[in-house]
Amino acid sequence: MQIIKDRQIIENNWSFIEDNQALPMGNVIISLSRWQAEKPQLKQHATQLGLRLQSSDNVADIAQDLAHFDLIELHFPVFTDGRGFSQAKLLRDRYQYTGEIRASGHFMVDQVFYMTKVGINAFDLNDEKQLPLAISLMDDFSVSYQELLFA
Amino acid sequence: MYQYNDIDQTLVDERVAQYRGQTERYLKGEIGEDEFRALRLMNGLYIQTHAPMLRVAIPYGLLASKQVRKLAEIARKYDKGYCHFSTRQNVQYNWPKLEQVPDILAELASVQMHAIQTSGNCMRNTTTDHLAGVSPDELEDPRPWCEIIRQWTTLHPEFAYLPRKFKIAVSSSATDRAATQFHDVGVHIVKNAQGETGFRILVGGGLGRTPIIGTEIKDFLEPKYLLAYLDAILRIYNLYGRRDNKYKARIKILVREEGINKIREHVEQEWLKNRDKLILKQEKIDHIKSFFQPPAYEADADQDQSFSVHQQQNPAFARWLENNVCAHKQPGYRNVMLSLKAPDSPPGDMTAEQLDVVADLADQYSFGEIRTTHRQNLVLADVKQADLFPLWQRLVDIKLATPNIGTATDMICCPGLDFCGLANAGSIGVAREINEALDDIEYVYDIGELKINMSGCMNGCAHQSVGHIGILGVDKKGSEWYQITLGGSSENEAAIGKRLGPAVAKHEITPAIRKILDVYLKQRQHEEETFLETVNRIGIDPFKEHVYANH
Repeated sequence: MQIIKDRQIIENNWSFIEDNQALPMGNVIISLSRWQAEKPQLKQHATQLGLRLQSSDNVADIAQDLAHFDLIELHFPVFTDGRGFSQAKLLRDRYQYTGEIRASGHFMVDQVFYMTKVGINAFDLNDEKQLPLAISLMDDFSVSYQELLFA
Repeated sequence: MYQYNDIDQTLVDERVAQYRGQTERYLKGEIGEDEFRALRLMNGLYIQTHAPMLRVAIPYGLLASKQVRKLAEIARKYDKGYCHFSTRQNVQYNWPKLEQVPDILAELASVQMHAIQTSGNCMRNTTTDHLAGVSPDELEDPRPWCEIIRQWTTLHPEFAYLPRKFKIAVSSSATDRAATQFHDVGVHIVKNAQGETGFRILVGGGLGRTPIIGTEIKDFLEPKYLLAYLDAILRIYNLYGRRDNKYKARIKILVREEGINKIREHVEQEWLKNRDKLILKQEKIDHIKSFFQPPAYEADADQDQSFSVHQQQNPAFARWLENNVCAHKQPGYRNVMLSLKAPDSPPGDMTAEQLDVVADLADQYSFGEIRTTHRQNLVLADVKQADLFPLWQRLVDIKLATPNIGTATDMICCPGLDFCGLANAGSIGVAREINEALDDIEYVYDIGELKINMSGCMNGCAHQSVGHIGILGVDKKGSEWYQITLGGSSENEAAIGKRLGPAVAKHEITPAIRKILDVYLKQRQHEEETFLETVNRIGIDPFKEHVYANH
C-alpha cells in the first residue's frame, strides 16, 4: 500500500487499529475515543502513535496532547465535508503541530492542492493509481491571494 | 476599476488550465458524476433542463466596456446570441456545451473575467450597491472592500467545501441597496462615536426556503480586521454548520439554532486568537483604493442645461428622466439606469447586439464602465447631464429605455421552468402576462414605486419573499400554481412578505395582481403613499378579501 508524503510516493508503514483490538508494536494509529479512554497506558506504550480524527472531532480537545503523536490522520467521511481543512489549519497554525498530517477516507485528487495549502502533507488515496496525478495537481496554482493579502 | 496584475492574471489562467484538465478527465470517465458536479459548480456550470448553464462572475457588478464586448462575443459564438443578468449581479448563459466551457473560460480570462465560485458550497461573488462610489448618500466607496473580499474569497483553501453556499454583501449608504440584511454576512461601512470609519457586521440573513433577516454580530470593527473577522465567522461556520440536511445547512440556521450570543462568543474567541496574523496593512488598503478613484469629471458639467429644454418639449424623455435617471454626487452628472425589462423580452435578458451598443455607449458617455444591479438592470453611472438626451435616443433604439425602473413592470424574475432544472413553475411567461396586463404606462406610473419579485420555486432566486409583491411558483399535482406574499422589503426596513392566502392557479395570477393594485389605489391616503406603506398601514386583509372574494 502506497501513499504520498511530502510529494513523494512511499510505502505506508502505519496502520489503524480498531478500538477493540490489542495494540501491536510498530506505528499504530488509534481513535480519539481510545486515546481519551486509555491515555495513561498509551503514554507508556513503547511505540509510535498516530491519532485518527473524524471530521466531527474537536481539535482543541487534543491540543495539549499533540506531543504524543507523530501523525494525525484526518478522516474525510465524504469529499464534500470540508471540516478537515479547518482541522488541519488549526493543527498547524494554532497548535504548531509539526508532525505528519495525513488525509484519508473519501476525498478527491482534485482537492489535494487546497489540502497542501492548509498543511496536510500526506495523502492516503483509495485509488493508488492516482498517486502520480495527485502529485502533479499539487502544482495547479503558483499564486495565492490568501498569502499575498497579508504580506 | 480594479486592473489585474501578473498575479491575478496567472491565477485565472491557471484556473482555466485546471478546469480544462478536469473536464478532459471527466469526459474520459476518470472523474465520477458527483465529484465532477462539485468541480464544475465551482466554475459556474450547472446542468439544466435543456442544456448546461454557465454563470459568469461580475465582481460587485462592475464591468468594463471590453468585458461587455467579450460577453457579446461569447453569446454569439457559444450561445444563442443572448445572455441573462441575475439577481447576484452576475451573468448567465443558457446554452453552452459542456466540452466548450474551458474555451469560454479562456475567453473570459483574456479580459480579466472568470466563473470562479459562482456556484457550489463555497464563498460566492461579493455584491454591493449598484450606485457605489457615485451616490450622494454614501459614506465611502465600498468597492475597494469588495475587491479585498473578492481576493480573499477566491480559491480560499480552507473554505471551499462549506456546509452550503456563503454570500457576502457590502453597503456604505444610508439606504441599503444591496439587501445586506439577507446575506450570510452583511458588511455595513459606518462611523463610530469618535468619527472613525469601520464596519458593522451582520450574520445569518438569507432568502430561499427559510427567509431570515440578518442579526448584528459586531457593532464596530476596525477596517484592518475585516478579513480576520470574516475568517473567524467562516471557520466557525465550516466547523459547526449543519451538514446533515442541505436545507438546514446555511449559517442562518446555525445562528437561529445556537442563538446569536453563542455564535458571537465563538466568533470573537476565534477572531482574538487569529487577528494579529490576518491584519490588512494600510498600504494594501490604499493600493486597492487607488483603483477606485473618481474618473476625470468635468468641473463645469452642470453649466450645460440643454437637457432641460428637451425635458420640457419631449414628454417621453421627461418620463425616462424621472424614472430611470437618479442623482449623482458630482454636480452635472447623473446615474442612468438601463431597463432590461422591456415589455416583450424576458426580464434580465440581453442580446449580443444590445451588449455591443451598451459597450460603445459606456465608452462614449460613461468612462467605459457599466454596472449590473441586483434588480437585473444595468447602470451607466457617470453620465454628463449634457449627454442625457443623445444617450436616451440611442437607448430607445435598442429598447433599453423603458421608463419603468422601480415600478410594477420592473419585475425580478428567475428563468423558471423554461430553463431551470429546479423550478416548479414558469416565471417568464407569467411576467410577460402581468406586463401585458399593466401595459398602460399611465397606470403603472400612477401606482409608482413597486417591487414585484417572482421565483419559479422555493429556492427563491428572484427573492420573492422580499418583494413588495412576491410570487412563488409551486407545483400542485403536476400543474403550476402561484403563492402570493405582500409587504416584503430588502431595504432598510427589511421585512419578509406575508402570505396572502392559498396559492392561485396560473390563469388567476394576473387578475389577482390587478385586484391587489386596485385595492392599493382605492386605499392609499394620498398619491405619495407607496404600495408598501399602504400594505404596512392597512395590513393584508383588505387585499385578501378582494383577491379571494369569489372563492
